[in-house]
Amino acid sequence: MLWTAATALLAHWRHRPLQLATLVLGLSLATALWSGVQAINAEARASYARAASVLDQKELTQLVPRRGDSIPQSTYVQLRRAGWNVSPVIEGDHRVGNTRVRLIGIDPLTMPAKAGGFETGRTSDLTAFMSQPGVLIVSQGTALKLKGHTQMQLRISPDMPDGAAFTDIGIAESTLKRRGQLSRLLVALEQRPDLPSLGTLAPEIAMKEPGDRPDVAQLTDSFHLNLTAFGFLAFVVGLFIVYATVGLAFEQRRATFRTLRSLGLPLSSLTLLLVTELLVLAFVAGVVGVGIGYIVASLLLPGVAATLQGLYGASVPPALSIRLSWWATGLAMAIAGTILSSAESLWRVRSMPLLTAAQPRAWVRATAVGIRLQLAAGLLLLMMSGALATFGHGLMVGFAVLGCLLLGAALMLPGVLSACLAVLQKRSSRALVTWFWADTRQQLPGLSLALMALLLALAANVGVGTMVSSFRLTFIGWLDQRLAAELYVTARDEREASRLRAWLPARSTSVVPIWSVEGEVLGDRLEIFGAAADDPTYRDNWPLLSGTVDVWDRIAAGQGALINEQFWRRKGLGIGNRLVLPGGWEVPIVGVYSDYGNPKGQVIVGIDALAAHYPDVSKLRYGVRVPPADAPELKERLTSEFGLAAENVIDQTSLKRQSRAVFDRTFVVTGALNAFTLGVAGFAMFSSLLTLSGVRLPQLAPVWAMGIRRRDLALLEVLRTLALWLATFIAALPVGLALAWVLLSIVNVEAFGWRLPMRIFPMDWLILGMVALAAAIVSIFVPLRRLATIAPSDLLRVFANER
Amino acid sequence: MNVRYIVASLLTATLVLVLSKAAIPQGFAGLGSTADGFAIPHPGGRLEFPADHGPHPDFRIEWWYVTANLRAEDGTALGVQWTLFRSALAPKTKSGWSDPQIWIGHAAITTKEKHVVAERLARGGVGQAGVGAEPFFAWIDDWEMKGLSNSGADQLDKVSLHATGKDFSYTLELSANGPLVLQGDQGYSVKSAAGQASYYYSQPFYEVSGSVDIDAKTVRVRGKAWLDREWSSQPLAKDQIGWEWFSLHLNSGEKVMAFRLSDARSGYTSANWISQQGKPTPLPAGSLEIIPVRIARVGDKDIPVAWRIRIPARGFDVTTRPLNDQAWMATTTPYWEGPVTFEGSAEGQGYLEMTGY
Repeated sequence: MLWTAATALLAHWRHRPLQLATLVLGLSLATALWSGVQAINAEARASYARAASVLDQKELTQLVPRRGDSIPQSTYVQLRRAGWNVSPVIEGDHRVGNTRVRLIGIDPLTMPAKAGGFETGRTSDLTAFMSQPGVLIVSQGTALKLKGHTQMQLRISPDMPDGAAFTDIGIAESTLKRRGQLSRLLVALEQRPDLPSLGTLAPEIAMKEPGDRPDVAQLTDSFHLNLTAFGFLAFVVGLFIVYATVGLAFEQRRATFRTLRSLGLPLSSLTLLLVTELLVLAFVAGVVGVGIGYIVASLLLPGVAATLQGLYGASVPPALSIRLSWWATGLAMAIAGTILSSAESLWRVRSMPLLTAAQPRAWVRATAVGIRLQLAAGLLLLMMSGALATFGHGLMVGFAVLGCLLLGAALMLPGVLSACLAVLQKRSSRALVTWFWADTRQQLPGLSLALMALLLALAANVGVGTMVSSFRLTFIGWLDQRLAAELYVTARDEREASRLRAWLPARSTSVVPIWSVEGEVLGDRLEIFGAAADDPTYRDNWPLLSGTVDVWDRIAAGQGALINEQFWRRKGLGIGNRLVLPGGWEVPIVGVYSDYGNPKGQVIVGIDALAAHYPDVSKLRYGVRVPPADAPELKERLTSEFGLAAENVIDQTSLKRQSRAVFDRTFVVTGALNAFTLGVAGFAMFSSLLTLSGVRLPQLAPVWAMGIRRRDLALLEVLRTLALWLATFIAALPVGLALAWVLLSIVNVEAFGWRLPMRIFPMDWLILGMVALAAAIVSIFVPLRRLATIAPSDLLRVFANER
Repeated sequence: MNVRYIVASLLTATLVLVLSKAAIPQGFAGLGSTADGFAIPHPGGRLEFPADHGPHPDFRIEWWYVTANLRAEDGTALGVQWTLFRSALAPKTKSGWSDPQIWIGHAAITTKEKHVVAERLARGGVGQAGVGAEPFFAWIDDWEMKGLSNSGADQLDKVSLHATGKDFSYTLELSANGPLVLQGDQGYSVKSAAGQASYYYSQPFYEVSGSVDIDAKTVRVRGKAWLDREWSSQPLAKDQIGWEWFSLHLNSGEKVMAFRLSDARSGYTSANWISQQGKPTPLPAGSLEIIPVRIARVGDKDIPVAWRIRIPARGFDVTTRPLNDQAWMATTTPYWEGPVTFEGSAEGQGYLEMTGY
């Protein structure tokens, strides 16, 4: 009996392969985006953790300078001589050819066993490692970039993250010109008892306990949360598809259910069969979904890696590794989602009276009752969103605002549309038009989920698009201000720099030093730049957000510091607050400037004060002001006449071009995710229309019988669909703009530390509208064809059959 | 394979040389070759003090090697080792982290029941380790060997010795009651039939007093100690597989230094008979015979821990017994080193070092 029943139930799918495909594909797509995003996040996080454990030796306690960026070598020796088992590290950025590498100099003789963990290659030879010209232990990718640009031997280790290199501390000391200046000390686990305390030995250094999360992981949290939110949005949209399809499949099989029950199949067996069927479908769809997710993730990962590199300087390998946990969660999400979205249908089967006549319309009607409730819930959510935006703080609140906004708007959509349609219906005088609106309104409950999905997808597109475009416009405007000098030159060493200082003034309008030191301010490691505050390059161009009236005079006098927006927001600083810079130099904050695209804090002080307080500052970089027309010639002369390496002279135009390229690459992923979500929403619409077309014959047959041609009926269907699409699109615009506002003013501030002005781009909406329209036409194509070619006998049968 | 491993492999390469303490074997390169620009010892090269107490960075390897046979107040015997090795990657010094001089410290305490070991590694150039000749001061981290002599006397006549490990520490004071002893021909110590050699002198006449902290107890100790100073440059030959080295304090007040270098053939032996007054009599090659008497299981190795030593020309025939069979130095390059007693034609105590097992 059970087997016969199962065959009867499954026969439904055999007759409707398209419906089956819709269900499986809908669920697969939902799972795909979700698991794809999870895969990307997992990969990135694993990469941070690996980088941190290898590069920062995070498993060990470390000793770091309390102020400034170095521990004197004598302190190290003093600690060793007192019995402390510590190992020195000298690290810094080093340019090899055109590649910037984080050089980490270690002392293999004192290095604790736990600090290593990376491969040194087969021919491990400490003599080579510790002798000139030295060895660089790098990743495969970094090795390829460095090949031919360095005398040092390159040794590949699979554990190394890209863009970093281990080398001997002696090599690092001379390469980084940090003679006797240690960056930090690693504390071995094994120490002798009764060590003299650090406080008495070396009060100038502080102990940093292991297990802190990698800085970059904290920094990128928001980005991953963003991705997750996107993935979840797509998942929810996908569940709408499942809900619609499962609902339809159950509705269409009511007659079968009734027959099976009448033949004596117990309710429990029927339920069991249906649940099993759903689970099998969910499993298959889940596997397909995770598979697609893997492809999606592999396609997106290079983009994500570029984004992370561009926004945070975090290095993530562009290749994906398969993780078991990710397969498991992907499948679990698919199954849970299926159960969630078919729970209602299953419940109806259980509560269906045995001998009630099959009523396909009951499903749709029942949903209609909920529209008012939905409207109320949506309104409540919107209010909550507003309240959170006004009173809440933090990134999670930002996302909560987003969630409430989107869900509230989606829930309200059917109610609002229904009300509009009711008005239109009342206003129309012609019978056919009245019927048109009334019929549309009557269809609304069946389409509402698909329309909600569409609203979400469109709003997300409008919102994220507005954010990215606003960001881009602001960023480019800011670049124009910030990159004021026509040429940027970097000397190879101090000797060349001093020649430059002598050579340039006669050949340019002005020479602006770009010198910086790295150090710890308020517990953050950041760069402190010197600004020639009297130069118009700064006075006229520097993008200040706020500042005292005499800001540049005070900077020039060395009596003030500028901080960037990120640092200002993160530390809750204000103009006039006093800042303690490395070495104990105290200055008041006199202004705040915008500094997009930089994840870290930054401080600017007067150039003379910088040189006075940090005499060791590297004086290699300069901005050169010349009339723009003379820039190419000067650039030429700098290489040919002066003898500067060509890659050390960058003109403003190409620098801007590079920055823009980085920016555009950064948001490729966002665009891809947007397109994907829109695709899923289009599919949801398609599946809903397909569902409706199957149950709409009883409504169309009377109209046909009254003399409306099938062709006209089809045309009316098109118009109806377009009207609903248009209405949803119009509704999506304010929701999208609200979304953009939340992203720009709440999420971005939390995630990146900067607030951006919102710009509106109606042309983008037009394009989105066209895409949406095209999707609408495609989605209605199958149901329409069915209607246009339906045999009159089928329409007639509506009247003949007892339903 | 992590960074420690490179350390290990380098140190295996260099320490194999370093640890051939009294036995710098011949290389096939032969005499006169200055391997990789390092200096090599020459016969007739006179040692000068205190300058030669200090390091010789132009030689590849060098050590300051102290072994002490001690007794606690309750009569319990124990041995103490303090060693500072210098191993150069290049025949030069530099200030800063690029100094090619590597320093390695080994310290150990051996009792009947226990053998504890510590090792320290450091590079020169930054002040973490090094040796100064006058005033004499050898150090690595918190370990020290410090000259306490009044001016006029030899810098090494009176020294203090200190080392710590995870579970032990000791502080000893060593006073010599005899002169420095030049090994071989005025300090030019020939190591092989082919004439391979090192510069080698000793101070075997130390009387020791001090304290040892072990098992969370502080113990007052007294006894005798032996210092070896040696430097050379030549690498090991391929067929040389290990060596046994003895420093013996005879109860008569005489001292004997003896070693055998094992190779695929009969090996190379050498010995020096030192009178109570410190007058050395190097014995001709072949006048020493050493035979294993008892093999003990140490870790996963079989090691001959008791030996019969015969010097027929001197009527010397003794058998040595270790204080502790398990005196295994589990350092980067592992070896066996521990205190021994001996009896037979003469009685006394001393130290035995064995490598190549």
